[in-house]
Amino acid sequence: MVDVMITIDKKLCKGCNICTEFCPHQVYEESGTLNKKGVHVPTPEHEERCTKCQICSLLCPDQAIQVDEDDES
Amino acid sequence: MEKTRENRFIKYLRKDRLPNIFCAGCGNGIVMNTFFNGMEMAQISMEDVVMVSGIGCSSRIPGYVKCDSLHTTHGRPISFATGLKLANPDMNVVVFSGDGDTAAIGGNHLIHGARRNMDLTVICINNSIYGMTGGQISPTSPHGSYGSTAPYGSLENPFDLSKLVTAAGASYVARWTTAHPLQLSSAIKKGLKNRGFSFIEVVSQCPTYFGRKNRMRSPIDMMRWMKEESVVKRKADGMDESELVGKIIVGDFHKKEAPEFTERICQLSSEQCPPEKPSAIRSAYRGDSSA
Ligand SMILES: Cc1ncc(C[n+]2csc(CCOP(=O)(O)OP(=O)(O)O)c2C)c(N)n1
Ligand code: SF4
Ligand code: SF4
Ligand code: SF4
Ligand SMILES: [Mg+2]
Repeated sequence: MVDVMITIDKKLCKGCNICTEFCPHQVYEESGTLNKKGVHVPTPEHEERCTKCQICSLLCPDQAIQVDEDDES
Repeated sequence: MEKTRENRFIKYLRKDRLPNIFCAGCGNGIVMNTFFNGMEMAQISMEDVVMVSGIGCSSRIPGYVKCDSLHTTHGRPISFATGLKLANPDMNVVVFSGDGDTAAIGGNHLIHGARRNMDLTVICINNSIYGMTGGQISPTSPHGSYGSTAPYGSLENPFDLSKLVTAAGASYVARWTTAHPLQLSSAIKKGLKNRGFSFIEVVSQCPTYFGRKNRMRSPIDMMRWMKEESVVKRKADGMDESELVGKIIVGDFHKKEAPEFTERICQLSSEQCPPEKPSAIRSAYRGDSSA
């Protein structure tokens, strides 16, 4: 298992769910709740499946996703 | 903690202008990412890049990027870019242009840029429609597709832009879609490295107009369509024309070594204006007509 840290910038995300659809390992889940901006921001619900392929951070049209190695201690 | 965890491309963007103006799931943002990725793969620094665009949603891309840029008039980015490149031969001049901008009002500039084999990297964001002005049919809208100017479906035949610029003289030509971000990044890298007219056609999604009018309401529907209907060139070469109806042929189409225009001009001016003779170009600006 890889230690990763996925961050979605809620100020940038427009809720298009391209990440949810095209992550090859179904890491993201659609959100059922609207945030203050009226956007359904997906959540990286299954971070443990992530292979850090970076497809999501390359596809996100709003540069809202960062996939990092988890270097927090 | 969270503030350091920004997307890897944010460093190239003018953060104060974000979020961008594009509709949710618009392909323009993906084209930006693949450009940054391709530029990094080509080991080119943003310092050495100038972006030029015309008018349209896609033409707003350079405005978000921290680099020198020109936002020009509709259809004319290749002309402005030609002048810019001739005056700054060491810069990587990149044009971002929509299908309307490139192929309708700008069609002539496109073929002449290709004919001269100007050293430009033209990224044509082909969403098959005029996004900015409300969904009118463009010269690349598929036959039968719907738009605000084609409520019964387009009766016209679309241009195959990649074929057009190949015939006109471009030296690198590729087509991918926003659903192929890795291949697209690599094509952009090759385009940047090619010394000559590079044309990268990106089949992209405008969910707001093309999608809504053509029964693909969401960006995901549109990207699934692009992924499922794409056929790589090598496979398409072995297929019958009837099997290719409605398909998007993708791949590296064309690469040739050919003399490039900026080099020819620079060579000509150094031949005609050797250091011992007064430079015709310099004297033109100084009002010195002795040359
Ligand atoms: C000379 C001129 N004619 C027409 C227009 C109106 N206009 C603005 S954008 C556009 C077409 C945009 O389509 P495209 O280039 O495909 O860009 P997109 O918005 O789809 O990215 C038109 C016709 C204009 N701005 N200037
Ligand atoms: S791809 Fe980006 S903008 Fe779209 S839902 Fe995912 S994080 Fe949000
Ligand atoms: S890096 Fe790859 S595996 Fe990880 S969330 Fe993104 S798309 Fe999924
Ligand atoms: S109108 Fe279409 S091309 Fe323009 S920003 Fe919206 S989705 Fe993108
Ligand atoms: Mg368009």
